[in-house]
Amino acid sequence: MGGIPTVVGMALATGTGRRRPSTLTTLWRSTVGKKAVMAVSGGILLLYLVGHLLGNLKVFFGPDELNGYAAWLRTIGEPFLRHGWFVWLARLVLLVAVLAHGTAAYQLSKRDRAARPQGYVHRRRQTSYATRTMRWGGVILALFIVWHLLDLTTLTVNPKAEAGHPYQNLVASFSTWYGGGIYIVAMLALGLHIRHGFWSAAQTLGVNNPRRDRALKLTANLLALVLTAGFVSIPVAVMTGVVQ
Amino acid sequence: MSSYLNYTVGTPIRDTKAPDGPIEGRWDRRRFEAKLVNPANRRKYRVIVVGTGLAGGAAGATLAEQGYHVEQFCFQDSPRRAHSIAAQGGINAAKNYRNDGDSIRRLFYDTVKGGDFRARESGVHRLAEISVEIIDQCVAQGVPFAREYGGLLDTRSFGGVQVSRTFYARGQTGQQLLLGAYQALSRQIAAGNVAMHPRTEMLDLIVVDGRARGIVARDLVTGEITAHLADAVVLATGGYGNVFYLSTNAKNSNATAIWRAHRRGAYFANPCFTQIHPTCIPRSGDHQSKLTLMSESLRNDGRIWVPKAAGDTRAPQDIPEQDRDYYLERIYPSFGNLVPRDIASRAAKVVCDEGRGVGPGGQGVYLDFADAIGRLGRAAVEERYGNLFEMYERITAEDPYRVPMRIYPAIHYTMGGLWVDYDLQTTVPGLFAIGEANFSDHGANRLGASALMQGLADGYFVLPATLPDYLARQDGPPVPADHPAVEEAVADATDRLNLLLAIDGDRTPDSFHRELGELLWDECGMARDEAGLRKALERIPQLRDEFWRRIKVPGAGEQLNQSLEKANRLVDYFELAELMCLDALHRTESCGGHFRTESATPDGEAARMDEEFTYVAAWEFRGSEALGEHGAGGAPVLHREQLTFEYVHPTQRSYT
Amino acid sequence: MNLTLRIWRQAGPDAPGALTTYQVGGISPDMSFLEMLDTLNEELILRGEEPVAFDHDCREGICGACGMVINGQAHGPERTTTCQLHMRHFDDGDTIDVEPWRAAAFPVVRDLVVDRSAFDRVIGSGGYITAPTGSAPEAHATPVPKETADLAFEHAECIGCGACVAACPNGSAMLFTAAKVVHLNLLPQGAPERGNRVRNMVAAMDAEGFGGCTNTGECATACPKGIPLSGIAALNREYLRSLR
Ligand SMILES: Cc1cc2nc3c(=O)[nH]c(=O)nc-3n(C[C@H](O)[C@H](O)[C@H](O)COP(=O)(O)OP(=O)(O)OC[C@H]3O[C@@H](n4cnc5c(N)ncnc54)[C@H](O)[C@@H]3O)c2cc1C
Ligand code: HEM
Ligand code: HEM
Ligand code: SF4
Ligand code: F3S
Ligand code: FES
Repeated sequence: MGGIPTVVGMALATGTGRRRPSTLTTLWRSTVGKKAVMAVSGGILLLYLVGHLLGNLKVFFGPDELNGYAAWLRTIGEPFLRHGWFVWLARLVLLVAVLAHGTAAYQLSKRDRAARPQGYVHRRRQTSYATRTMRWGGVILALFIVWHLLDLTTLTVNPKAEAGHPYQNLVASFSTWYGGGIYIVAMLALGLHIRHGFWSAAQTLGVNNPRRDRALKLTANLLALVLTAGFVSIPVAVMTGVVQ
Repeated sequence: MSSYLNYTVGTPIRDTKAPDGPIEGRWDRRRFEAKLVNPANRRKYRVIVVGTGLAGGAAGATLAEQGYHVEQFCFQDSPRRAHSIAAQGGINAAKNYRNDGDSIRRLFYDTVKGGDFRARESGVHRLAEISVEIIDQCVAQGVPFAREYGGLLDTRSFGGVQVSRTFYARGQTGQQLLLGAYQALSRQIAAGNVAMHPRTEMLDLIVVDGRARGIVARDLVTGEITAHLADAVVLATGGYGNVFYLSTNAKNSNATAIWRAHRRGAYFANPCFTQIHPTCIPRSGDHQSKLTLMSESLRNDGRIWVPKAAGDTRAPQDIPEQDRDYYLERIYPSFGNLVPRDIASRAAKVVCDEGRGVGPGGQGVYLDFADAIGRLGRAAVEERYGNLFEMYERITAEDPYRVPMRIYPAIHYTMGGLWVDYDLQTTVPGLFAIGEANFSDHGANRLGASALMQGLADGYFVLPATLPDYLARQDGPPVPADHPAVEEAVADATDRLNLLLAIDGDRTPDSFHRELGELLWDECGMARDEAGLRKALERIPQLRDEFWRRIKVPGAGEQLNQSLEKANRLVDYFELAELMCLDALHRTESCGGHFRTESATPDGEAARMDEEFTYVAAWEFRGSEALGEHGAGGAPVLHREQLTFEYVHPTQRSYT
Repeated sequence: MNLTLRIWRQAGPDAPGALTTYQVGGISPDMSFLEMLDTLNEELILRGEEPVAFDHDCREGICGACGMVINGQAHGPERTTTCQLHMRHFDDGDTIDVEPWRAAAFPVVRDLVVDRSAFDRVIGSGGYITAPTGSAPEAHATPVPKETADLAFEHAECIGCGACVAACPNGSAMLFTAAKVVHLNLLPQGAPERGNRVRNMVAAMDAEGFGGCTNTGECATACPKGIPLSGIAALNREYLRSLR
């Protein structure tokens, strides 16, 4: 039997031999996998925002447009889906995405800080602003989302709080300086977040390569710009009285 | 005056392991006659491998694959950093992919002739045979050799041979080959078949009942000195070029392992056979800590010249053609700038000694690409040498596209080393030496791209076939850790370090190393003569004396202490330097890298004296209380191994 | 030229460390950074002080032994190794801060010497092609397109110096690991172990306590061998592919 270790020694398997845990477990356990989860969930949120912006811009065409749109949202999928189900489905997906994204972000950030316990005495400012603001930018967004839901979905903090009348609620919310202010600040954070996030996701999901790199960075900047400008235009419009 | 001058001549020595018969069949025969170890028993054998370069890395990985338990050592923080990593040019193999008339026979012939007929035919032929397998092995490991558009391996001709047999990976062939071996080794480390000890330096060899049974090593981080025991010990510790202080070797390459083995009974062969590389970047001042090689390929397009008149201080551009001396083209019309390394190096020394050298201290000659750029255009030159030009500019801050490069010869390789037989076993049973650490296949001068070949041949193919034969013949109990020989060796090393720490003198290790190096370079460098060598043999013991009185080593032994490492290596350099000079003095002929000015052809070339010196000089160490300061040796004993040439008949090299 | 050096001195792994100030004179612009430190060390020894410990060997930029953070930059201001950095890139009278690599996975051994053995374990976990000696087929049996071979080589150039980890705000070893994964996974010889290789190496990387990658890009900026950032995307790609 002394031969066995020899044989093992020679035909040494690259794999660990043990049965592999499920793909999802592997993903979530490794830094690379967890980062991929972040990228995907981030991507979902991004998609939502694009749609969300297009929807919200109807505010410039008067109450009926936006309110009609909001009402229509709840009818999507009928009769297969019951009234309002689609919105709930969307909310479910968004909830899962934000939770996955946030949790991954939190866990990774914790790990990353632990991996560099001691910094350099001689500090240098480094890398793009967006990269360095990902973390607190994310936190701002998280807080914003909570506020935003209380404001325009549950209407808990909304001065007007007329269910089914998002237009009026929205105008009410942005009419206060802090109401609009919160949104504007959040939107800037969002822009930075996406500026790095979009390209970063491409890198994380391995779809980036030297030939695509420039195009991806360009798209990231455009996306960030369009979304920020688009979203910001709404509170600005309300505060300047263009929309009322 | 050195006690070494009274050396005595002992019984001749023979390579008893080399089979006879037709040379093509000898390696086969040896492998067939070698005893095998039953796979089931291999785990029981412990083999110590010191060194993780091409030779050691390949050997450790292969022995572990075979099933032996390997204990491996290197002084770097990782096995991947061994000096082999610095090799640039390439590795030879008789694949004949170019169909340009190459063959095992031709590689064999070129190597024997290139070595100036001071190497063994059997060994060299085996090397040529194995060269073919090496490329296959490395490609299978994923070594990214240069390829052509067809997807097949590219080769180039190197070091003035007529066939294109050199495989390469840009200017980093050594790196890629070493990483291949390192990765194979890492796999065995992860599998538990190799116990790797990085940052651990061998300080002595443990010999029990005449057999090598282990080493004494110091953990360079904790300073702990311990004995490691095994059934056999393999030294793959590289060359000793750093005895010159300034060389192209890595800063920490050292001779301690082989020298301590020599002191314990291993004969040291041809210590004076050192190779000087003609194209290195000259020193820029006294702060110079090492010299950087510029690939030999530069000589394919660059023209070497110096001013005709001594002391001409004009800038190179301002020196008109008629005031320039393209001395290689003048002296060697047929080979011109492509003459072999030793010849190009000596010629540079001659013109600099005439006061015609250029650059700081007049220690340099021009390597001019103006014509090449004019002829081929800057783009073509950039295409061929871009990375080298960059490296040169980074170091010198001069743009070689505009100003001619300055180059000067530097110590590069040591053909000498521990004497080994056909099985790569030294004169101490159970002690094997592979790679640059042994004296094998290169005779008095190594051809470019042949050291990588030899290191890998030794490590992947030769040793794994011959070491088991030794192991299979061993039995008897393992050596107890408290065996007197073990304790004596450990105490020996410990005392030596403590002594160095205790002296607390007023000179640093480097200052001594520099002085020793300059002395050797002047008297035992590119050209040697009796007077100079005698002078060196007188000076070295004095310097060693001074060292033992004035060396200063701060800090303690139980810590990472780089000054202590340096000082301890110096102890061995002093003794080795003495033997090198003695060997150079006793060999009154010129051959290959060893040039005795007394023995030159009319046109100033190395003149061999075959009838007198067709032998390997294997030196035996003789300790002597009376003569030896701090245990330095007494008069050594010379054992001659006569060389016979059945296949390649010695001729005088001529390149004019 | 004359310089003021502020060098990190630390007696041992657990000993406290601090920047200590030294003055050095007579520095030639032609000196390498390490030769400048040699000069300082010679003085220190004669003064009976312990010289500054630093790793180095080839001094040609190929062994990867040397490495220190100079004025906050891994390997200093030039894109090369510390041993190939020359003093002409500094000015007379400069103050230069010299610190060791900082990362949880690279504990300080002494002064500027750190323990990088984690890299060796990452390689040992899969950074090889299983090809026991003697088992190799004829080298020309499998042609490799030049482009592939060149790209593999570009990544194989990594010298294992650790500058990427030192420069990364997360102490991540992604670039180092990517370099090896890309090198071997690109080649036909490496294909059979492709999946296991990347999974095991990422697992080992995480186990060694390196941080995750947030696509900051500092690593590639610091890398003396120019290992491209796209390598990290390729690593991610290989990883996700291996989980399919
Ligand atoms: C700049 C340069 C370029 C070169 N280019 C080429 C080329 O193009 N082609 C070619 O064929 N050859 C070339 N050579 C020569 C070739 O690189 C070497 O001869 C060869 O790599 C030696 O390999 P090795 O395994 O014998 O020893 P090394 O690679 O030197 O390895 C020595 C090993 O032993 C260990 N060691 C040494 N002493 C001790 C000790 N006391 N305790 C513990 N460990 C110890 C070291 O840690 C190291 O791991 C070049 C050499 C130089 C300097
Ligand atoms: C709501 C809109 C959001 C969008 C569109 C979004 C999008 C993205 C994208 C695409 C990435 C890149 C993932 C990667 O690098 O692979 C990312 C990263 C990140 N996000 Fe978000 N995210 C959003 C919200 C949040 C929230 C709420 C948080 C905080 C909990 C957050 C924290 C982070 C962090 C810390 C990163 C890490 C940066 C990195 O690892 O590269 N994000 N985000
Ligand atoms: C000025 C910019 C924005 C405006 C005017 C706006 C407007 C609205 C309105 C009116 C609703 C209610 C829709 C409904 O209930 O029918 C809503 C819901 C929502 N918004 Fe926004 N939004 C803005 C920006 C954002 C941003 C930046 C995010 C994400 C970071 C976001 C995420 C959400 C989410 C998650 C919901 C809940 C969806 C639902 O439950 O129906 N919004 N938004
Ligand atoms: S990737 Fe670059 S920086 Fe990182 S270890 Fe390799 S060579 Fe050094
Ligand atoms: S710097 Fe660090 S975050 Fe990623 S891109 Fe490089 S490893
Ligand atoms: S010392 Fe080898 S890379 Fe710097």
